[in-house]
Amino acid sequence: MKHASFIFGSWGITAVSVGVYAFWVIRRGRELAKHATREEMPWT
Amino acid sequence: MARQSGTGTSATRRLGILVILMLAGLALCGLWFSAEDVVQGSTVRIMYIHVPSIWTAYIAFGLTGLCSAVYLSGKNRSLAWDRVAGASGEIGVLFVAVSLVTGSMWGRLTWGTYWVWDARLTSTAFLFITYVGYLAVRQLGGTHRQRARRSSVLALLAILEIPLVHFSVTLWRSLHQEASVANPNAKVELDGLMLFSLFLGLVAFTLLFVWLVLHRQRAMMLEDAFSDRGLDVAITARRNEAGVQLS
Repeated sequence: MKHASFIFGSWGITAVSVGVYAFWVIRRGRELAKHATREEMPWT
Repeated sequence: MARQSGTGTSATRRLGILVILMLAGLALCGLWFSAEDVVQGSTVRIMYIHVPSIWTAYIAFGLTGLCSAVYLSGKNRSLAWDRVAGASGEIGVLFVAVSLVTGSMWGRLTWGTYWVWDARLTSTAFLFITYVGYLAVRQLGGTHRQRARRSSVLALLAILEIPLVHFSVTLWRSLHQEASVANPNAKVELDGLMLFSLFLGLVAFTLLFVWLVLHRQRAMMLEDAFSDRGLDVAITARRNEAGVQLS
């Protein structure tokens, strides 16, 4: 594939950026939930 | 204490699995199965992430504006609207940044340069900076209601930039192409699988956005609750201290 470094690079940057953010959001939620009461988590 | 389930529910877990499957399908269709463009060749494969990224950013900033308007106009002024607005704005910043980077790489291949101070690129960069400012304003001190009021007003001003960005290619001479697939007068003929890949990307990124907003606004709810709890503890300590001094 021509220009493979640019094509895979752009897909890679997207995947890593979104993946890292999603991982951070999930981890943050889990850390906060450890110290939360059930009343503070109405979705449970 | 509640059991450790984080911000997920069975519904968000199912949605997350669906999003992963759709993104895997997008990668296969966009990078492998879909044909190369007659004019742009293989570089068209960047379109399948670039267009969904800016689409998601528009949705995110639109939702931020909508929730901010509801918060300011509502009688009870529920902070839930503010939290959804904040979560959505944060995710919008991520996707507009992705759009700028992928667009820059695509531009290097098609225009021969990573960046040019053209109307579309400059207005998009300005949009990015505006919403980074919105997130910074949310971090200023004060009560949750003060945060909600000032950030809602800013979000209602910032949303005015979206039409400016979108129509910048028709309002000014721009290196960036005008809308093609969504424009009925453009007479663009896309191969079936190319069109499918593009729409799969739009749907997958939209569902990914929904999944991220659900998790992020719940985390924000917990952050607010802990902040309130900390404030209550501080007030109680202060009262006890004052009580000791009086007695």
